[in-house]
Amino acid sequence: MTKPQSLFEKIWKAHEVVSISDEESLIYIDKIFLHERTGSIALQSLHSSGRTVRHPSKVFCTMDHIVDTFPGRNDKTLMPGGTNFIVSTRKEASKAGINLFDLNDPRQGISHIVAAESGIALPGSTLVCPDSHTCTLGGIGLLAWGIGSTEAEHALATSTLRVKKPRSMKVIFDGMCQPGVTAKDMILFLISQYGVSGGAGYAIEFAGTGVLGLESEARMTLCNMAVEFSAFTGFVAPDQKTVEYVIGRDFAPRGSDLKIAKVYWQNLHTDVGALFDKEIVVDCSKIRPSVSWGTNPSQVIPIDDNIPKLEMIEAITDRLAAQKALKYMDLEPGMELKGLPIDGAFIGSCTNSRLSDLRLAANFLRGKKVSNKVAAICVPGSTKIKIKAEEEGLDKIFIDAGFEWREAGCSMCFYAGGETFGAGKRVISSTNRNFEGRQGPNTRTHIASPLTVAASACAGSICGAYDA
Amino acid sequence: MREFRQHVGIAAPLPLPNIDTDTIIPSREMKHVSKTGLAQGLFSGWRYLNERKKEPNPEFVLNQHRYRETTILVTGENFGCGSSREHAVWALLEYGIRSIIAPSFGRIFLTNCVRNGILPAAINENQCLDILSLITDQNIENRIEIDLEKNLITLSNGKSFQFELNSTDRENLLNGWDMIDKTLINQKEIIEFEKKDQPNRPWQYR
Repeated sequence: MTKPQSLFEKIWKAHEVVSISDEESLIYIDKIFLHERTGSIALQSLHSSGRTVRHPSKVFCTMDHIVDTFPGRNDKTLMPGGTNFIVSTRKEASKAGINLFDLNDPRQGISHIVAAESGIALPGSTLVCPDSHTCTLGGIGLLAWGIGSTEAEHALATSTLRVKKPRSMKVIFDGMCQPGVTAKDMILFLISQYGVSGGAGYAIEFAGTGVLGLESEARMTLCNMAVEFSAFTGFVAPDQKTVEYVIGRDFAPRGSDLKIAKVYWQNLHTDVGALFDKEIVVDCSKIRPSVSWGTNPSQVIPIDDNIPKLEMIEAITDRLAAQKALKYMDLEPGMELKGLPIDGAFIGSCTNSRLSDLRLAANFLRGKKVSNKVAAICVPGSTKIKIKAEEEGLDKIFIDAGFEWREAGCSMCFYAGGETFGAGKRVISSTNRNFEGRQGPNTRTHIASPLTVAASACAGSICGAYDA
Repeated sequence: MREFRQHVGIAAPLPLPNIDTDTIIPSREMKHVSKTGLAQGLFSGWRYLNERKKEPNPEFVLNQHRYRETTILVTGENFGCGSSREHAVWALLEYGIRSIIAPSFGRIFLTNCVRNGILPAAINENQCLDILSLITDQNIENRIEIDLEKNLITLSNGKSFQFELNSTDRENLLNGWDMIDKTLINQKEIIEFEKKDQPNRPWQYR
């Protein structure tokens, strides 16, 4: 009898070209995704060293990080010098002969959203991108992970990467979540309980009834923040929902390929009795809608709770970090977050800008108004999502409520010298990073689910959807 | 790739955990499609009182006289977490940083360091606190020697610490190998892998 294998082990073995040492293997990379900020430099550097892309048809590139999201946008950017990134990417992509989803291409959007919705990321495959949130794609059952630009060059030139094998972890979300608790709240809860280093060195399989109950899009939200847990990557074993999600997409297998693929995908599960290096069980009934108070994604509490008092934080370095974070956030230990006035509300990013996120927020916003003290912006994750949302009339709901409705891109998830809510402003955001300065110098970011962002935007202060 | 064997230099303390790559180099400081022109933007959120005018913040460690010529950083766990931006490493390198001593590093950041000839030296938390207190002690000369061949950090008072780095990255740093050239030695195996894999997963080769 063969030894029971975890899904991670199966995908790893299926892509192992050669074992280089006890630590490291040469892993075959099925797909490479690039964007204009870190992909352009990888292509440029590859070309200037006289090398070429080994399999241009396996490489995809889009414009998401630097491009504006204002209606009627073009190559010009509010970010100083941004145009150069766009033009350079276009030039290098054409030279390399790779697939480019340029501005005005209906397939344009945030890399990790586009890779899934265009059927480029497929169950059981490997995909890399010089972007840390590549782990998002684990939501449809593949090993996808972020790398640096030099590593991207390596993958482009050789179709492989030299990878140190991570240890394996299983995180079981047991039971069902309460109404109003989203995949975002699930992952924030996990990180708040085990710390931002809790997943360091591990490839994490998310499992359990709480995960099985999630749709593919929500599973991608869950996996998106595996990197904020310091994991190598996170993933969910593909099931019927995954197969239904994948079939029919632009680059997904069809015809006789699909027949073989369906059989192949059936084996993509962890065998009964497979061992993991670590297991964590989370009781879903304990998770409540959450929001961050500090400057890293573990500094998170349920909306109704108070910010911890410093003496409650055991490790001295964590206490120092909390003190520094509270100073930056202009908050006091022990105070309530609920009711804290906000200046900005942002719905978007690779974490929470899919159709289901927009529907969730729009459903709340229908017939309501954003507080006149709050600047509210909604940025769909891809051009396809934007079009679909408009067909459903979601854009009208957002606009009637007082949200701006934008073109697809990463937008205000980070500040690159272009758009920002401004210094000293307090923002509730459906993004993934509440780092110092992430949304602009001295901008104070509170991360939460799109539902909590919508509710807070209307209240003009931090609040949960069920309190509104 | 630049090799690393030994280095002697001044070390600066950054005693906080989870310093992310957005802090090391904010997005707004990545202005060109280039691996250079980044040192000015290193830690810019902490380093300047006025970022636009680049007016130094005297409270930030790298602006203080004792740490003016810093080539080594001593910091908290999970240094370089967050964004994959290799610009963080390129900025450190251009500023003159050759090694970072910390209890642990962000995964992508660690590989980016090794690929650019910066040594990420991992030591346990207590040893890290020891080094932090010694380099900030005004009575001791701030001078650290790092020897990758011996995996040894030696302070000016003679106190020494073993550090850890996985053997693969250690070897790559010692030799300064070009990783693409190294992998292409296995080109035959890559082609064989594809031949064998294609009938099983034909859709990945269309």
